[in-house]
Amino acid sequence: MNEILQGLVQAFWLVISLDTELIAISLRSLYVTLTALLISTLVAFPLAALIVVTRFRFRRVVIAILNALMGLPPVVVGLLVYIIFSRSGPLGVLGLLYTTSAMIIAQTVIITPLIASVAHQSMRELWADYRDLLISINTSKPQRIGTLMWDSKRALITACLAGFGRGIGEVGAIMIVGGNIDNATRVLTTAISLETSRGDFSLALALGFVLISLALSVSFATHWFGKTERGGLW
Amino acid sequence: MSRVLLAALVLVFVQINMATANQIRLAVTSSFHNSGLSDYLLPHIENDLKFEVHLLVVGTGQAIKLGENGDVDAILVHSKPDEEEFVKAGFAKHRRQIMFNEYVILGPSSDPAQIKLSNNLLEAFKRLSTANTNFVSRGDLSGTHKKEIEIWEKIHFKPEKIGAQYISVGSSMGKAINIAVAFDAYILSDKATWLNHKNKGHLVIQFEGDQLLHNQYSFLPISKNVHFHVKSKLVEELEKWLVSGKAKKLINSYMVQNEKVFTFNAN
Repeated sequence: MNEILQGLVQAFWLVISLDTELIAISLRSLYVTLTALLISTLVAFPLAALIVVTRFRFRRVVIAILNALMGLPPVVVGLLVYIIFSRSGPLGVLGLLYTTSAMIIAQTVIITPLIASVAHQSMRELWADYRDLLISINTSKPQRIGTLMWDSKRALITACLAGFGRGIGEVGAIMIVGGNIDNATRVLTTAISLETSRGDFSLALALGFVLISLALSVSFATHWFGKTERGGLW
Repeated sequence: MSRVLLAALVLVFVQINMATANQIRLAVTSSFHNSGLSDYLLPHIENDLKFEVHLLVVGTGQAIKLGENGDVDAILVHSKPDEEEFVKAGFAKHRRQIMFNEYVILGPSSDPAQIKLSNNLLEAFKRLSTANTNFVSRGDLSGTHKKEIEIWEKIHFKPEKIGAQYISVGSSMGKAINIAVAFDAYILSDKATWLNHKNKGHLVIQFEGDQLLHNQYSFLPISKNVHFHVKSKLVEELEKWLVSGKAKKLINSYMVQNEKVFTFNAN
């Protein structure tokens, strides 16, 4: 119990003193996960909308697979990305292993099915209401997708937050493909793992509190920019 | 959109190529890092050699695998039979001894297995095999784990026979010690990691000082013949530094809790 208190105090001092290493690690955490999130949304949102507005033969199978991939184990993704980008692997020549790019790739793979599934679910319900209208006014497919995405934007933001949460707290994959290299690929979660292995629980916990506050501030920022729960807006 | 993606991809590659020109990757055993020695040596190395050394802290088994795959430029490990095989298979040109420290057996301060009374290491392990106490094993084919297996083999005992009290954890040295602390278990550890470890609980060093517990660390540069992309020139400079008089002075003077933990013995 004492360690939790020590961790809180240490987290407080780390933040107050603007510890340069802590800032670098936190920014790297944000950079990796936000970039992965951006790429994921570019892939997942149109994909989800496309599945909603079109009917094709294996649609149900695709949706089932997408939902199942939400539970993709990060450590397996990490291993696969490692094998692909290892110097002995098919894409080894790119030299991407143990860089933040490899970490972004791994996290993109982990996050995309989650975002796509959540986005698909919300747009599907909207489509049930909009379908007849959108078809009767003779909209094109891109227009239908655009309308669905715009009108379900709140749900899509929630999907993003879920994806961000899964990415920022993830350690299994980025430990394997990033290698937790000091000043290069160390992020908050891998630093916590390292300090735990050194038995320095209070420092590990302090980093953990920083991580939690980071996630909280991103969530608050989203709501602030989205102007949710304010005045007449719901 | 595809154009944006392409541009982003190009940007990433440019950034990476700029970043990798002046750095090498070195896979090291977790004990080298957990002991604090790497944090102590690296600033000196980077200051003298003017390039960055990126450390991948893994077990010896994984370090060797990374070396075979060409994902690192050199490895610093501690498992002689594996190293010799590595050189024989052509992955490294040679094996260079750098330094040694020693393994110790940690155990609960009450010493339920009475290993403190043993005359030598083998006797201590025999006592552990029959004492009905918890024993934590690294279980990750690291150098330390290999050493443990070697000792069990020397007394012709299969540790699995201990049953549920033989706890194979598959973790790095530090994490394994954390588990040993929680279970009040015995564990084989290198001394440097233990001295630098903060979460000591009720564990103390119960046995040390047998020549079988000698722990040699060696440097193996990955051969350019197998992986043409390794930065042999920079690795050579690093090797020269590691066997230099300055390295000797720094390694021999590295203290943890007022104890000298590593001894330089490069040839």
